[in-house]
Amino acid sequence: MKRAWRWLLPLAAVPVLALLAYGFRLNPREIPSPLVGRPAAPFALTSFDGAKLDLASLHGRVVVLNFWASWCYPACYEEAPVLERGWRAYRDRGVTVLGVDIQDKDEAGRKFVQDFSLSFPNAPDPGGKVSVDYGIYGVPETFFIDRQGAIRVKHVSALTDQIFKDTVERLLAEPAPPR
Amino acid sequence: MIALVLALLLALGAGPAAAQTAPRAVDEQQVYAVASELRCVVCQNLSVADSPSEMAGQMRAIVRERLAAGETPAQVRQYFVTRYGDWILLAPPRRGFTLLVWLAPWAAVLVGLIVVSLLVRRWTSRPRPAPAPIDPAMRERIRREMEQEP
Repeated sequence: MKRAWRWLLPLAAVPVLALLAYGFRLNPREIPSPLVGRPAAPFALTSFDGAKLDLASLHGRVVVLNFWASWCYPACYEEAPVLERGWRAYRDRGVTVLGVDIQDKDEAGRKFVQDFSLSFPNAPDPGGKVSVDYGIYGVPETFFIDRQGAIRVKHVSALTDQIFKDTVERLLAEPAPPR
Repeated sequence: MIALVLALLLALGAGPAAAQTAPRAVDEQQVYAVASELRCVVCQNLSVADSPSEMAGQMRAIVRERLAAGETPAQVRQYFVTRYGDWILLAPPRRGFTLLVWLAPWAAVLVGLIVVSLLVRRWTSRPRPAPAPIDPAMRERIRREMEQEP
């Protein structure tokens, strides 16, 4: 009986230690999005230059939907040129880059677009509805939407040219939806 | 006269139409109750109800708007869970893996009670050691010394 007790107490600690070891290895900032694989939520926003942005009108194109803010430094400042380069390289191959400026001041958002000479459409999200519809935690976050209109990849933190190219090429290689 | 005509128009036509489209009045207590169950996504350990952040403010507005549109608190909660997962709920749901979080403390208390009761039983059932036998010579000496005490 005494011998059993001697083993029982350290054994009881094993599952607790295993759970802690598992938990501490996870990155608390990387929360899997339940939206990946699901149809992208429709939205209609008005861009900084007054144009209507409607996701439904982009069906059949690969959409890179980027959430950013002018106060998001340095990540958003690092990826703005990446997005612009990606847009210029792929716009004629069926890719649209859309920027959504969240929790920001209108003036600061416009200045950001101007400073980086962003030529892809950018729109503010005044009530935060599009942000919540896409389950945004912070900025920058980017969604890659396939030609069928489904969210395929959610990328948290600044995009790189390589991630942009690899993901977009993969989605472009997939068959287009029937017209 | 104009007021009368306007009132008639309202009563006949615009009244019912307005009643159909007008949002319901929302009980702020209900908004607070739903918001306090949701995690503020840009804070540490704060609910949407308690956070002063802009994002939480926008989420409270969405809660209010959806309740006003006639959704139940459960439907509003589900709207956020669909977009953020169970992570958005401050209290993990009592099902699946997260049921463990609710059961583990009770299991730990139960195991503790069993261990304590086993230990108490062991201590109380242990036989008392018999008094050590006293040397007759020592006993005699003690008796004598006791008698000599004033």
